[in-house]
Order: sequence, then structure tokens, then C-alpha cells
Amino acid sequence: MYRYDEFDEAFVRDRVAQFRTQVERRLSGALTDDEFKPLRLKNGVYLQLHAYMLRIAVPYGTLSSRQLRQLALIGEKYDRGYGHFTTRQNLQFNWPKLRDVPEILDLLADVEMHCIQTSGNCIRNVTADQFAGVAADEVEDPRPVAELIRQWSSLHPEFDYLPRKFKIAVTGAQHDRAAILAHDIGLRVVMNAAGEIGYELMVGGGLGRTPMIGKVVREFVPKDQLLTYLEALMRVYNLEGRRDNKYKARVKILVHEIGIEEFRARVEAEFAMLDGPSIPADTEELARITAYFAPPAYEKLPAIIPAFEAAKRANPAFAAWVESNTFPHRAPGYTALTISLKPIGKAPGDATSEQMRVVADLAERYSHAEIRVTHHQNLVLPHVKQADIFALWQALGEAGLAEANVGLITDIISCPGLDYCALATARSIPIAQSLQKRFADLSRQRDIGPLNVKISGCINACGHHHVGHIGILGLEKRGEESYQITLGGDATENAAIGEILGPGIVAEEVPAAIERLVGVYLAHRKDGETFIEAVRRLGLAPFKAAFLQEAADAA
Amino acid sequence: MLLDRDGLKADLYRRTVGHNESHVLVPLADIEATLAARAGNRGIGVEVANTTKVADLAPHLDSLALIAIAFPSFSDGRGFSIAKSLRNAGFRGTLRAVGPLIADQFAYALACGFDEVELPAESAARQPIEIWLAAARAFRATYQRNHNPAGASILDRRWAAKLGAAKLGAAE
Ligand code: SF4
Repeated sequence: MYRYDEFDEAFVRDRVAQFRTQVERRLSGALTDDEFKPLRLKNGVYLQLHAYMLRIAVPYGTLSSRQLRQLALIGEKYDRGYGHFTTRQNLQFNWPKLRDVPEILDLLADVEMHCIQTSGNCIRNVTADQFAGVAADEVEDPRPVAELIRQWSSLHPEFDYLPRKFKIAVTGAQHDRAAILAHDIGLRVVMNAAGEIGYELMVGGGLGRTPMIGKVVREFVPKDQLLTYLEALMRVYNLEGRRDNKYKARVKILVHEIGIEEFRARVEAEFAMLDGPSIPADTEELARITAYFAPPAYEKLPAIIPAFEAAKRANPAFAAWVESNTFPHRAPGYTALTISLKPIGKAPGDATSEQMRVVADLAERYSHAEIRVTHHQNLVLPHVKQADIFALWQALGEAGLAEANVGLITDIISCPGLDYCALATARSIPIAQSLQKRFADLSRQRDIGPLNVKISGCINACGHHHVGHIGILGLEKRGEESYQITLGGDATENAAIGEILGPGIVAEEVPAAIERLVGVYLAHRKDGETFIEAVRRLGLAPFKAAFLQEAADAA
Repeated sequence: MLLDRDGLKADLYRRTVGHNESHVLVPLADIEATLAARAGNRGIGVEVANTTKVADLAPHLDSLALIAIAFPSFSDGRGFSIAKSLRNAGFRGTLRAVGPLIADQFAYALACGFDEVELPAESAARQPIEIWLAAARAFRATYQRNHNPAGASILDRRWAAKLGAAKLGAAE
């Protein structure tokens, strides 16, 4: 993991001191509320429905046990004993007091963390594949470049007052687990024909009210030219992005309006005028960062561990959990293990301080003190020996963290919605809970197989509903909540925006409607075909018919 | 209020053009005429909107003593990129940010190539000069090498520290 040096440390300390003066200046009247707002947002402080919310950056979703313990402590001391992991791999506290925020920032700085640019019209926290450095299908661990971008984008003098927020996601793998095509910039580590490693860049993806899939802007950016290229791209966006309408201000709209060819040409023209390689960061700097991400010293283990196999045979519940919650590790005898934060009936992504401590302890004991946060709002222990999995499963079970539903229909992504969010038009957590209850039976879930349900409480789409296999969008129609159902979205390398099935339905009808859609799949699936594969093959029609039938029945 | 990194500053530039001013600030539309009428005068500045293209200013960069870039609101960051682009294009004169910036943007403005900030009276009344000077020093160092003087960014300091440590080690 990356560790701060004296300069990184001084930087976050200075940031906390700066925020203290900003709060003071707001109180003294030196800053107006309008002026203070972006300053607090860029320190992660939101004004929510009932209270302030604090969003803490978890850069590229990597945490240490020590950091997670500190988050647990903050949750206990300044919140109500729990936190909420988000689709951007961050952690939110929903009930801190504004006056406590500088103190919380101090506590974060103590463990090399911060809230810098977790909100506001700036380059946000960089997200990454949660299996970075572990996955077998990886060209290279993308976290060093994510850290390089984190540093470069932190308080960038030129790009801190952009037209709108700007999100970057990175992956080093073939299979996209970081939804890079749904980001303002998606970066993929690639190898060119000459065997050199560089970056493929996608631009203009994003969800919100105008969902778009990212387009390739450059197939190969050499490693030492990345920051220069990003500087050129950001400058074009900063100058040309629309500022007349906040709903048209994201880079996706600029790319859409002028076309990807023209956008590319403008970036290349700007890039050509810059000094090219080595100015913003030399390769030594990237090498310095990369050294921190060297894999831990794995033991030499056999690929098959007889005791582990025996435990699975003896205990079907354990076997089921292993099947859904483990991911193949590149080191033989090891596994990356996902801890579901979606127990039936709880708010997706929530973890209590107690649970955070349990996970921190288990990570220390079994996973080189490392934890990842996934954009699906779960946690990962990335380096677990197979021989330890059974003991881990038992310990997780005692903490209520052994739900065997990763990737299944109850592993729902949901934004906070009307329970917390000031922008919400409808509830989303209760919808997730009602679906989880409906599909609680695990053997049924397993029979249905991989299925991503994603729920947003308004058009801003923080719950990524557009790219859910089934998407649910909560709207308000004549004073009542109304839910729009979409089908066929995909957040991976096959990225697709889901299509609307029909008119909105009320909250109570949602579980039955989803049941119908699942019914169509079960009736038509071929051997081994997943839900999304069946949707692609069958098209919308049979699902639409079932959906509309239901609506007609209800009417 | 006009200020630069050293503090308050007298404004020599006049926006109404008569005959006696040593320094004038004119809109982009008048620049050719002004340059022609005052050939050889080194006190000519132009004031531009933040939608102006750097290419439109490029022919005049050598003749202009000052370019003032408007910030219609503090949250509109286009001026930062225009300043940086003008510096990249080789402009060596004075760059002035004009508008209701906030003190926390002072360091950004300087880093992007601005020399001075001209504030409307209302923002100046709330944010006295001490706040600006303190805000400019809020960070001991930042990361961006392209937006810091040579040797000043965290990246440069890191390497300097490393080389220093290596030298010390060699000396022992
Ligand atoms: S999607 Fe809407 S309701 Fe949900 S968190 Fe985002 S802004 Fe709030």
C-alpha cells in the first residue's frame, strides 16, 4: 500500500489547517455562504436532508486495517456508530456535526487519509478495480497510476473550478470491474504491439440524467506522457465545457455535442503544444510510487488445499458462500474474498463500527492488513490463504458479515435516497430491502444466478441504475413515488444503458415486477446462460410484455 | 483593490482612454487601434472575457504589457486555463485576474501565471489583504510540477531530499 512521506503528510495537515481558517472566515463573514459552499464540498462536507454528511476518500478503494479502525472510531465518536460505503469506493458518515469536522479531518490525517475533492466541481477521488494487483487477467496493477493521478489532481490550481465534477476510474484488467466506461475518464492499462505498457483512455462516460458510455479518445498514451495528456484534456474541458446549464456541464455533453473526433483533435492540438514527456512527473516518481504496491510476500502454496475442499464438502452453506464470495487470486493457494455488506433487510453498503473493527482484525490476521472497497458497496480481503477461509467465514458469521450473495440478486447497489439525500425524489433503501426480502431464499438466488439490481433515488443516478441488469429509478409523480424500471444495463466492458420497460410503478409493486422479469429469464434461459446474456439474446420484448402485463393486472 | 503576492498595489492602468495616461486598459476590440495610435508605448493592456481564445491574443503578445482576464464569478475557473495557456504561449507581461475571486484561489491564480488580482469593492471589504497573503501560504508545497516554479513542487522536493540524503550517506 502507498505510505505518505513527509511531504504528503505536510500536505494533508496543511489542508486541515486551511479548512479551519475557512470555517472561521465563514463564521466571521469574510466568506459568504455561496463562497464557502464549494470549499466545504471539496472537503467532503455536504448538507443533507437532516444533517451534514461527510464523505471520506478511500483512494482507489484501498484501506489498511489501521485506517479502517480509525474509521470505526470516528463512526462511534462523531456519528451513530456506523458508516456507509458508496459506489465510488468512499465512506460516508451521515450524522457528523459541522463543528466536529476539523477534528475528524485531523483524525483522518493521523492515518494518512483525507476528504479532499470527494465532492465539488473538481477531479474526484480516483476509483479502481477492487481486485487490482490480485486478478489474473491484469496487464499491470493500476493503483500506482491511480496514486499518481491522485497526487497530480489534488488541489490542481487550474482544474479545481471545473464546469462540473470529474470522475476517473482505472483498471489494469481485461474484464472491467471498475465501470470505467461510466466515468468522465476511464483508464485501462494496456500493452501495445511493441510490448510497451501504456494507457488506453476513454472519455465522456457518465450516468445522471443523460447517461452515456465512454468513447476511446486515445488508444495508447505512453506512461511518461499520461499527466501531460491529462493536462491537455482537462484544459480543453475547463475552457470548452458548458457552464450555462449544470445539467449539460459534464464532459460527456461536450464530447457528445462536438463529437469524439473533434474533441480528440482539440486535445491533441493542446497536447502538441505542451512539453510532452517527463515534465509533470518523471518515470522515477511513478517507480517510487509503484514500489509501495509490490505484492506481499506470498507463501509458496499448493493450488489445491485438501482441508479446504473437505470443509466445503462437509458444509454446504460454507460451500455456497465460497462459490459466490471468492475470486481467484493470481498466487496459488490464495483467494480474494468479498465480504457482502448486503445482509437481507439492511441498508446496502452500511457497516457498523463494530463490524469495521472485526474486518480490520481479520484483515490483519488473514490478509496482510489490507482491505478493498468495491463499487458494489462491499469489502474485499484481497490476500487470503485458502487454508484460512473456513475460520474466516466463521468469524464473519458471528459479526453478521457472512451473507453468501455477492453478485446475486440481493447484492443490490442502492444510493441513500430519500432517507438521507436532499436531492432525492423517492426512497431507495426501502426498495432494496423489500427486494432482498422477496428474494431472501439463498437457493433460489443461486438458481437465478448473477444479476445486478441497481437503485437510484433520483435522476442523478448515484445508484448507477442505468447500468444495472435491472435498474430502478425512483421519481416523484404528482406527489407520489413512482419507480421506473430499466433492463439490460451493463457496467462492464460490454457497457450498455438499460432501456425503460414501461410506465412507472408504485413502491409496493416493485418486488412483483422484478419477480416477473426473473420469471421470463427462468422460463427462457439456455444452459449456463446468465440473466444479462439472456436479455441480450431475447431482446426487450418478452420482458416488456411481462412487465406491462403486470401493470395491466394491477390497474 | 489590487493586490499581488507582496500585498496591496497601486493601479496604474486607466480604463478610460484620454491622452495623458501612461497605462491604459482597453477591450480586445480596440486593441489594434490603440496599439497603432500609441506605437512604442509600453503601457498598453487589454481586458478580455474568459471566453476569449488565446489564438486571438497571440499576435499581440509581444506588444502588450498587461492582459486582464475577467472572472465573472469565482466559481468559473476558465480564467485559470487562459492564464496558463498565455504563459505557455510565451506571454511575459503582467497577468491580472479581475473579478470576485476568493482568497483561497490566490495561490491557484499565482500558480497559473497570474501576477495580480483586482477585486470588486464588495469582496475586498470582506477579505482584507492579510487574508490573501495568508491564504497564498496555506500549503508548504503542492504536487503539480507544471504549475510550480522549478524545484518547488513536492515531486522536486522529494528528489532533492533523496539526493541530499544520498550525499549525506556518501559523506559519512
Ligand atoms: S441518486 Fe439522487 S437520491 Fe440518490 S444519492 Fe444521488 S442525488 Fe441522492
